Amino acid sequence: MDISLENISHSYGEVEVLRDISFEIKKGQIVSLVGPSGCGKSTLLRFIGGLEKPDKGKVIQVGLPNQNSINPLTYIFQDFALLPWLSVYKNISLVLEDHNIKKKQIAKIVKSVLQRTRLSEFANALPKQLSGGMKQRVSIARALSVRPEVMLMDEPLSALDSQTRELLMDDLVELWSREKFTACYVTHNLNEAVRLGHKIIVLGRRPAVIREIVDIDIPLEQRKDYAQELSKKQKKLWDLMREEAQIADKELIDA
Amino acid sequence: MPKKRREVKFRGGGFVSKPMVYVSPIVFITIIALLEWGTRSGFISDLTLPRPSGVYQAFLDLYHSGLLFKHLVPSLTRLIIGSIMGTIAGISVGLIIGLFSFARAGLLPIVSAIFPIPKIALLPLFVIWFGIDEGSKYALIAFGVFAPMAVATYSAIDNVDRSFIRMGQSFGLKWSSIVRKIILPAALPGILSGLKIALAIAIILLVAAEMLGANYGIGAYILEAGSLYDLERLFAGVTILSILGIIINWLIGLLEKKLLSWRT
Repeated sequence: MDISLENISHSYGEVEVLRDISFEIKKGQIVSLVGPSGCGKSTLLRFIGGLEKPDKGKVIQVGLPNQNSINPLTYIFQDFALLPWLSVYKNISLVLEDHNIKKKQIAKIVKSVLQRTRLSEFANALPKQLSGGMKQRVSIARALSVRPEVMLMDEPLSALDSQTRELLMDDLVELWSREKFTACYVTHNLNEAVRLGHKIIVLGRRPAVIREIVDIDIPLEQRKDYAQELSKKQKKLWDLMREEAQIADKELIDA
Repeated sequence: MPKKRREVKFRGGGFVSKPMVYVSPIVFITIIALLEWGTRSGFISDLTLPRPSGVYQAFLDLYHSGLLFKHLVPSLTRLIIGSIMGTIAGISVGLIIGLFSFARAGLLPIVSAIFPIPKIALLPLFVIWFGIDEGSKYALIAFGVFAPMAVATYSAIDNVDRSFIRMGQSFGLKWSSIVRKIILPAALPGILSGLKIALAIAIILLVAAEMLGANYGIGAYILEAGSLYDLERLFAGVTILSILGIIINWLIGLLEKKLLSWRT
């Protein structure tokens, strides 16, 4: 299943946040969405998953989702959104409960997904006992458990320190090599964008329009060996965004 | 010449409450000892305060005469039944207010109007509505518990982290599951702290109800002692109420420890 965004425009009251945005997310591809803070990239992601409705334009699913998929459009949140009163195991089983799956089958899915993310020994831990990196791993495991067609990742590494971020980026690359998942990856971190994106979409701000689409052909697994080329791409992206990031920085919120 | 070396002065610390178990018994014992000494030496006249040992003796008399449980059992029954009724009604209405904007617009003004009414003032009315017997007492306590529970519940729901709800929606959970498995547990801390206040109000109303027409009950016992100006028995009754309050707080504390161990 592919996702196609067609002429999406949106305003919050007087403020026009998104104007005429169209792009495609192809199966097996990670699309990075970058832009200065407040440019509406998270809003766009909420449109894709159906949590909010755009004023104009449509988000189209191209092709039918796999019959196996329990929740085709699945989010990974910046703040993890793990329920603090549930164990790791129950946080994952919770999202399987309303989909007519037998209890035994749920247990099987949770077990396998914990194994695949190497979290089995943390099954009974509470979120408060986990580090930020582990919390995000649990939330990735939770997302995998519903067999998503497209993962909608909203700044998934932004709440983590830079070392943990490196580790998790490696995890994600490994996971992608294995499962070839489709994803829309929203971030303001250009390094993450060039490391994980097959396609990078640069948004401007107020209103956000697509400024540029950058394709990176280097396979994800080999990107560490092409550091120079990547940093060139990253610099190019930064030059594109720099001015607007400066303006965004000096803006009063809700002024 | 070597430069002068000096250790950096410590200026942090403080502003953190540490558990100090031994302090409160010392404070209690000191106050009681002072009162005992004052009343014995005549420094405090018999008319202003009873002698602590006298209060204790009054309590023992009450216990040995078998009247203690004759007073305590109806009081506790009223407290428990009234509180349960009020708690269930309060949480239900608070839940409805918290979940539905339409209900909030209609019910919130009513709850806000009920909250500040001194419920004791309505007792005569309750007697006509629910009878002079237990009914009016249950109703008074339930009514007093209802408003704080409703307010605590809907405030707790208002404060539930939106990102949890969005998570539930994004995984395709049913509306009822989101309420039951996400909103209610997340609101539980607020509901329990509301319960603490509501039950303290319940004890106050219990005594008020028993003072206005009951043969047995802690309130009746206190009223009788008061009208005879029997300070020892009056204070024995008041002490029982204090202990009751402490026990209830302790029980809710246990409940919080058990149900809210996930909190950081």
